[in-house]
Amino acid sequence: MRYLPLSDTDRADMLARVGVSSIDELFADIPEAARLKGLVNLPTRKSEIEVERHLNRMAGKNVAAGSVPFFVGAGAYRHHVPATVDHLIQRSEFLTSYTPYQPEITQGTLQYLFEFQTQVARLTGMEVANASMYDGSTGTGEAVLMAHRVTRRNKAVISGGLHPQYRAVVEGLSNLSGDKVVSLPADPMGTEDILAAIDGETSCVVVQSPSFYGQIIDLKPIAEKAQAHGALLIAVFTEVVSLGLIESPGAQGADIVVGEGQSIGNGLTFGGPYVGLFATKQKYMRQMPGRLCGETVDAEGKRGFVLTLSTREQHIRREKATSNICTNSGLCALAFTIHMTLLGEAGLTRLARINHANAVKLKKQLSAIAGVEVLNKAYFNEFTVRLPKPAHDVVEALAARGIIAGLPVSRLEPGKADLANLLVVASTEINTDEDRAAFAAALKEVLA
Amino acid sequence: MSMNTQGRPTAAGDAGSAFRPKTFTGNRALDMEEPLLFEIGRLDVTGVDLDEPEAFEAELGAHARKSGIGLPGLSEPETMRHYVRLSRNNYAIDAGLYPLGSCTMKHNPRLNEKMARVPGFGDIHPLQPLSTVKGAVELISELGDWLMELTGTSAVAMSPKAGAHGEQCGMMAIKAAHIAAGRDPKIVLVPESAHGTNPATAALLGFKVVTIDAKEDGTVDLASVKKAIADNAGNIAAIMLTNPNTCGLFERDIMEIAAAIHEANAYFYCDGANFNAIVGKARPGDLGIDAMHINLHKTFSTPHGGGGPGSGPVVLSDRLAPFAPLPFVRKSASGLEMVETEAGLKDGEKPFGRMTAFHGQMGMFVRALAYMLSHGSDGLRQASEDAVLNANYVRVGLQDLMTLPFGVRPCMHEVLFDDSFLKDTGVTTLDFAKAMIDEGYHPMTMYFPLVVHGAMLIEPTESESRAALDLFVATLRDLVMSAKRGETERFTGAPYLAPRRRLDETRAARAPILTYQDPVPAMVTPAAAE
Repeated sequence: MRYLPLSDTDRADMLARVGVSSIDELFADIPEAARLKGLVNLPTRKSEIEVERHLNRMAGKNVAAGSVPFFVGAGAYRHHVPATVDHLIQRSEFLTSYTPYQPEITQGTLQYLFEFQTQVARLTGMEVANASMYDGSTGTGEAVLMAHRVTRRNKAVISGGLHPQYRAVVEGLSNLSGDKVVSLPADPMGTEDILAAIDGETSCVVVQSPSFYGQIIDLKPIAEKAQAHGALLIAVFTEVVSLGLIESPGAQGADIVVGEGQSIGNGLTFGGPYVGLFATKQKYMRQMPGRLCGETVDAEGKRGFVLTLSTREQHIRREKATSNICTNSGLCALAFTIHMTLLGEAGLTRLARINHANAVKLKKQLSAIAGVEVLNKAYFNEFTVRLPKPAHDVVEALAARGIIAGLPVSRLEPGKADLANLLVVASTEINTDEDRAAFAAALKEVLA
Repeated sequence: MSMNTQGRPTAAGDAGSAFRPKTFTGNRALDMEEPLLFEIGRLDVTGVDLDEPEAFEAELGAHARKSGIGLPGLSEPETMRHYVRLSRNNYAIDAGLYPLGSCTMKHNPRLNEKMARVPGFGDIHPLQPLSTVKGAVELISELGDWLMELTGTSAVAMSPKAGAHGEQCGMMAIKAAHIAAGRDPKIVLVPESAHGTNPATAALLGFKVVTIDAKEDGTVDLASVKKAIADNAGNIAAIMLTNPNTCGLFERDIMEIAAAIHEANAYFYCDGANFNAIVGKARPGDLGIDAMHINLHKTFSTPHGGGGPGSGPVVLSDRLAPFAPLPFVRKSASGLEMVETEAGLKDGEKPFGRMTAFHGQMGMFVRALAYMLSHGSDGLRQASEDAVLNANYVRVGLQDLMTLPFGVRPCMHEVLFDDSFLKDTGVTTLDFAKAMIDEGYHPMTMYFPLVVHGAMLIEPTESESRAALDLFVATLRDLVMSAKRGETERFTGAPYLAPRRRLDETRAARAPILTYQDPVPAMVTPAAAE
């Protein structure tokens, strides 16, 4: 087996040195009744060629997003990732290193985490950020738990503009841990009255902007009302590129900002691994979940970085920890940081303008089609259209024509008649004028 | 062109000199200092060429950004150099033996990386029409089949994003099962040798943790389990047990523990962090477990990536299978079906909710399946056997000089020493570990598990050759003898030769600096002027 260095001679010599006559003697503690006598019922080893053949056959049954005009967003976005990013994250020293518990020999990881935290804090307009979460959805769940710790209350109010699967993550955990959730109805227009749902028992208000439906939400009044009632505003985003063009949640008064960082540096990969971004105010720092990297000096006074405030964490605090998190999303955070470094402010803001410009173009083209109504006035690179028939059928018909048109809201919100005809579409820098023209032409045909 | 060495002596002229220059740059040849991005980047520099869009009317409402962000950029060559230089300050499995017990730092095959990047896997969207991702659903299903077969279980939840997330998923399924049966037990039993994630997960779900003692031999005390069950009759939700445990020992009484737990109407959660020791040798389902997460980044070689991403699918027994979270793949006569919402459920399917958006760590699934296919049933068993053999080889190489807390007996895939061999040397476990850094090794896991004083947990994995183990053992022997001879300076100031000396963690925690602050020129204040 190509991955195993021991030869049969090595094994025999080593068994003798260990003082046993067979390898099974080392497994003698396993109860006899449960010991496997033969091989498990699975195929035996394969060469590299065979493995590639086997997996390529499966990959071939999927339509790669880059092979067709592609307009799905809804929490994961197809952006161009510079070749440098994927090259650098595959360097052995990054790829095959562990969590930086030994800072003297992991300054590489620690320094990029410090850079990552700084980039995230600046983008979100917050004072501190952690070293990443699994993804935006689990980060949102953790933000709600953090708000409960800070406020010593346990009722979360969730906007109808939050991604339905993010909402499900929060609800699932809350239901089983005994916390309360008030989820507002789906809000495609971005006009819900969330202020009315905030009261003296509210721990936090969870609002996504741009929303799942692409609506840009004014967070300021929500922050003000929440804070006046002793609650926190958790601002969520799923498209981090939007922060290049839209006022940061921090500037609008958010207490915790959490979102998905996949757009920068990370491919679609069918939903994971991604990278959750998590930032907050300095005063809540010690209630944050996840790893934190901090600056310090070594014994010779040289600047260096370490994992810090670990007294919040499970390996020290066990059942009193702020979170059960051990792993973060290190390598995806690295991809984010490298891509963001390549972009810089000049590149990020330009990328954001291109995205917005492309969405504006697409909106014009789609709204010119009879029976198609765009619901958004303010949006970034994604918006919602109401079709004259069920969006699911339209998307399938367009897929058959080689166009992946967007997400029918009914896929995540089934059985709701008022949402059945809604389609969420995104247009990033990837899409060309030809892509948009093909989409518009095919949609016209399908609706005719 | 290269240097013409004709007529120029290239032999080491004054090799005997102890002189070491204090360099102008602070660099030491290949060991280079690298500033922070924020000290070298500029706000108007970008390493990505994009054309400004043609003039258009923005539709951002009143929400356009008014202020700058403060994100410096670098050109492409500067970016390359910055991160390559940073990388060189990291230890990595590809560069050396990485004996972190319980973390399983094994070889990460590059075939796995290649396959995860095939556009049919790497460039598909989680919400594009299911009719266009049939191969992705097939891959998730096939990996699930391998995991169920290897563990002897009948269901699997694929979406958890890491080990601790998998624990959370398993414990949520257990809680949902109790609620469905009209029970509301409050207590979870956790042995004192458990990973910190176990009690943290139990507490997250509102359970009270009762700690179970270990026996003299390092395994869980069956009598203590039975006593805890009796003391809390009717109120036990589950036990969370790691097997092989964190002392590197197989829990011999596991089937009796399972029986006692089941008799109490409770569930057996197994922490699968150490499953890599027994793959192909025994199946946890046959041992009586109800739920177990599998760290694909440990047992099945997906890279640790400096602390993630991980992936933690959870296998479930028949009793817990109905409660597996959304999404899941259903097999039927008509083929595979991805079930994403409650509207798609059939009778008997009672998911407790959802762990994450989308479908889990697909990129890790591809890597793990590539690893499993490469090994096959025979190779996976061989890998476990080699991992256990390597750990025992290290054990016998060191057990006369270092101390085994539970006596001389075989271990599984990792060997645990305590610090009694360092008694009266003035050298601590931490010092000993830091001295290993100067020798070119990443230290072992230290001070864990908590049941042993000054624990040192060594897991060499199956990826190490005999020669590599011989040198590792010889190095540790030299360090032990050096400590015993009283050469404390080699330890107490270590590391001397790493990119950094020991870092001041107390200072980092006292006044945390978590982000870069642009330097502000010092201003004379009126107070200072007086």
